[in-house]
Amino acid sequence: MYIHAGEIETLVRDLCIKAATDLPGDVALALLAASRKETSPLGREILGAILKNAEFAKEKGIPICQDTGLTYVFLEIGREVHIEGDIKEAVTKGVARGYTEGYLRKSVVKDPLFRRENTGDNTPPVIHIDIVPGSQVAVTVLPKGTGSENMSAVRMLTPSRGPQGVMDFVLETVRQGAPNACPPLVVGVGVGGMMDTASFLAKKALLRPVGDSNCDSEIASMERMLLAAINNLGVGPGGLGGSTTALAVHIETYPTHIGALPVAVNLQCHAARRASGILRGAEKPCLDNKQPSR
Amino acid sequence: MRRDFWDGALRVSVPFTDDLSVRRLKAGSKVLLSGIVYTARDAAHKRIVEALDRGEEPPFKLDGQVIYYAGPCPPPPGRVIGSLGPTTSGRMDPYAPRLCAAGVKGMIGKGKRSKAVVRAIARYGAVYFATIGGLGALLSQAVKEAEVVVYPDLGPEAVYRLEIVDFPALVAIDSLGRDMYDR
Repeated sequence: MYIHAGEIETLVRDLCIKAATDLPGDVALALLAASRKETSPLGREILGAILKNAEFAKEKGIPICQDTGLTYVFLEIGREVHIEGDIKEAVTKGVARGYTEGYLRKSVVKDPLFRRENTGDNTPPVIHIDIVPGSQVAVTVLPKGTGSENMSAVRMLTPSRGPQGVMDFVLETVRQGAPNACPPLVVGVGVGGMMDTASFLAKKALLRPVGDSNCDSEIASMERMLLAAINNLGVGPGGLGGSTTALAVHIETYPTHIGALPVAVNLQCHAARRASGILRGAEKPCLDNKQPSR
Repeated sequence: MRRDFWDGALRVSVPFTDDLSVRRLKAGSKVLLSGIVYTARDAAHKRIVEALDRGEEPPFKLDGQVIYYAGPCPPPPGRVIGSLGPTTSGRMDPYAPRLCAAGVKGMIGKGKRSKAVVRAIARYGAVYFATIGGLGALLSQAVKEAEVVVYPDLGPEAVYRLEIVDFPALVAIDSLGRDMYDR
């Protein structure tokens, strides 16, 4: 199958705008369910305002939150696919177009250390590419705001700490960071691999629909225990008290070294935005190198 | 503003022209702010404090002013401003006591503040308003006019002068240093 880079650019552009303005249904449903269970009157009022904000943003086509994030783009490329053109350049151009044409905030500085000059079009994105079986390209855009990202953490535990050590670290990170991270949160947890693997898994955990549990029953049970413990912290919606501090805890794991137990916690705010799309491509290449209108 | 929340809130005019109007605000009270505020985030704070350190006049009058920790989305056609909710206040903690000393009376943001900021708020009789993060679309409706007054090169981090009407917030730290987040 042939997919032109231009098609990827257009899809990424559209997904950037959709993600910023249209809260996923699973997140809205989780917020609605939480607003019925929340014990604090102020907390219920805030959850109601969060849902109204999402409705209003969608109706007007404006961003749910002004922090339209640093853009994380995940691509799953089927191994039968031939991409015509430069895929990373296409993704970058798609992000620039989405953020410019969609009136999204440009929140990226070029040099993190000294000059911190705004790049002006929210590029570069962070791009992650997986090669998977099949003949299509799946693209997911995760605009990640920094209020929640700054409250995230990674810790290299040793194996003796075990599952309890992991739970303690997650709970401590949420206790410290939740009031600033726009709760109710989605808590992404990555365990295993190396330092960067755990961090990546914690981010990938945020792509799972809110409330879907890990397919391993022991891990799923840990997710439930952590969610209950987090909601007992009393941080509440907006950090102003209540029984809804998180909507879900998602744990992802990977094999690790005999001497290691890396754990990363990636907090996601209640504006848990993401958008996905699929390109199926064509059987023939486009010979004149122009983007086909499929 | 289309708003069916924040019932029973106290209406407050900003900037503050006298101490009494700050002193009457109690931690935990809901307020609706109307008047003029200035946006400033990390980069603008750094520049303002550097200007003060050099003994220069601040780039806008700080006396009695309210600083809103925020950076907007660009306005789509037909709107005054794009989405505009609060950013995390804690990142401005290193600068806030300096600005309170220079006359700033109010701050609007989200999340908790350091002990040093709580002390500065009590010392200078200022107030910290928390508003709800992630409500940028709704909160932008409270903005009636917006213009960049300084640092346009910073893009979304430029200082905007905003005219706001009925902007919902909560008194999170009052002029006596009582802190809603410290429970």
